[in-house]
Amino acid sequence: MRVTVIDYKAGNLTSVLKALRHEGAEAVVTDGDLSLVETAERIVLPGVGHFAATSRLDETGLTQAIRAAIARGVPFLGICVGMQWLYAGSSEAPEQPGLGHFAESCARFSESNEKVPHVGWNSLEVRAGSRLLAGVEAGEYVYFTHSYKAPVTADSAALTHYIEPFASAVERSNVMGVQFHPEKSGATGLKILANFLRWEVKGAE
Amino acid sequence: MITKRIIACLDVRDGRVVKGVQFVDIIDAGDPATQAARHARDGADEIVLLDITATHEGRATLLDTVRRTARELFVPFCVGGGIRSADDAAQVFEAGADKVSVNSAALKNPLLIDDIGRSFGAQAVVVAIDARRDPEAADPVRSAQVYVHGGRKLAGRRVVEWAREAEDRGAGEILLTSMNSDGMRTGFDCELTAAVSEAVGIPVIASGGAGTVSHFVDVFGRGKADAALAASIFHFGVSSARSLKEELAKAGVSVRLPC
Repeated sequence: MRVTVIDYKAGNLTSVLKALRHEGAEAVVTDGDLSLVETAERIVLPGVGHFAATSRLDETGLTQAIRAAIARGVPFLGICVGMQWLYAGSSEAPEQPGLGHFAESCARFSESNEKVPHVGWNSLEVRAGSRLLAGVEAGEYVYFTHSYKAPVTADSAALTHYIEPFASAVERSNVMGVQFHPEKSGATGLKILANFLRWEVKGAE
Repeated sequence: MITKRIIACLDVRDGRVVKGVQFVDIIDAGDPATQAARHARDGADEIVLLDITATHEGRATLLDTVRRTARELFVPFCVGGGIRSADDAAQVFEAGADKVSVNSAALKNPLLIDDIGRSFGAQAVVVAIDARRDPEAADPVRSAQVYVHGGRKLAGRRVVEWAREAEDRGAGEILLTSMNSDGMRTGFDCELTAAVSEAVGIPVIASGGAGTVSHFVDVFGRGKADAALAASIFHFGVSSARSLKEELAKAGVSVRLPC
């Protein structure tokens, strides 16, 4: 199974590549070679760092190529900022639009006495029917590190509580995102990546 | 619910795990890659590798050690020691680290924190602070001083102020080591940890002094730590992270279990 991993020069891909390869994927990286997106069997958009860095996706034409791939039904997984990019935008970089696949926007955690960023292992409340999170039991933990988050909506595949409930995973047919880092979440994270790699396109989307 | 992290720390010199008691009397405790894998399997929430090799030749050894250690590690992995520039950090990330910890070099050149944060994100920058308090001082917590070069030299900064500056410059976490208690197994410095944790809005990892489960309960409670580092408590069969966390759960601390 070949996976095209998008590099938009916003941090370190080593861990994501290592985890995908551990689960048997042939991972190829593109920072602007659109043919690797046009022929992609799966796409992973990782992300650590600032939402503003996603402007590079627009500049290189990757945004349009990814949009077209998603429309063809190619399974897509966004991780952390890569998930947030699926929404209309983020208050972290208000001038930078996201893909807008999900209509809502991401925002910083509300002011509270809790630390921001939210760093560490937290649990998932998985919604029934999630294919990405199949087999993840109540009480399994995953690793988070982020200051911005997506709102809870009908498309949320899992919720996590920190300061307020937020969408820790989103899923609508072939488009999926996780706010946590599956590549750093031990056996649970590897199981989620394996689910993504096994995700089968069911007829016409 | 967010859980308190138990971080296994490997002090590495010339490619081997060692552990100092107050930074001297170093004892060999094995291969870093093997030790890291064992800690992850035994329930550690994160692995920190601190390279205490001082020599230039040691740098190449370190990158090889990081690469070997990261290969089969699927929990967060932080590497510190000898990172003096954003380029040094880039090499360590390329070798498979998720975070770097900077200490002396950041005190010498605080822009290092900004630089690494800009290139790799705040979540990738841990500022390590070696702190020592003078028990004779009127306010030993507020006046606690930062030390550099393995604790041999005063940095001329107060701990709480430096922690605040590190946060302002874009550090994602603070790793606070109490040199008064390091290796003593008499407990963490909860007062100092709480003072730093209250002064910053980013997570604080407490280090130095772990000897018993109740020391961890204390530092997560009155110490207000978000995570705690443990080294020698694991190395010689005292406990695994899993059994430590099972005891913490019984004491009412929220931890990642099963793990």
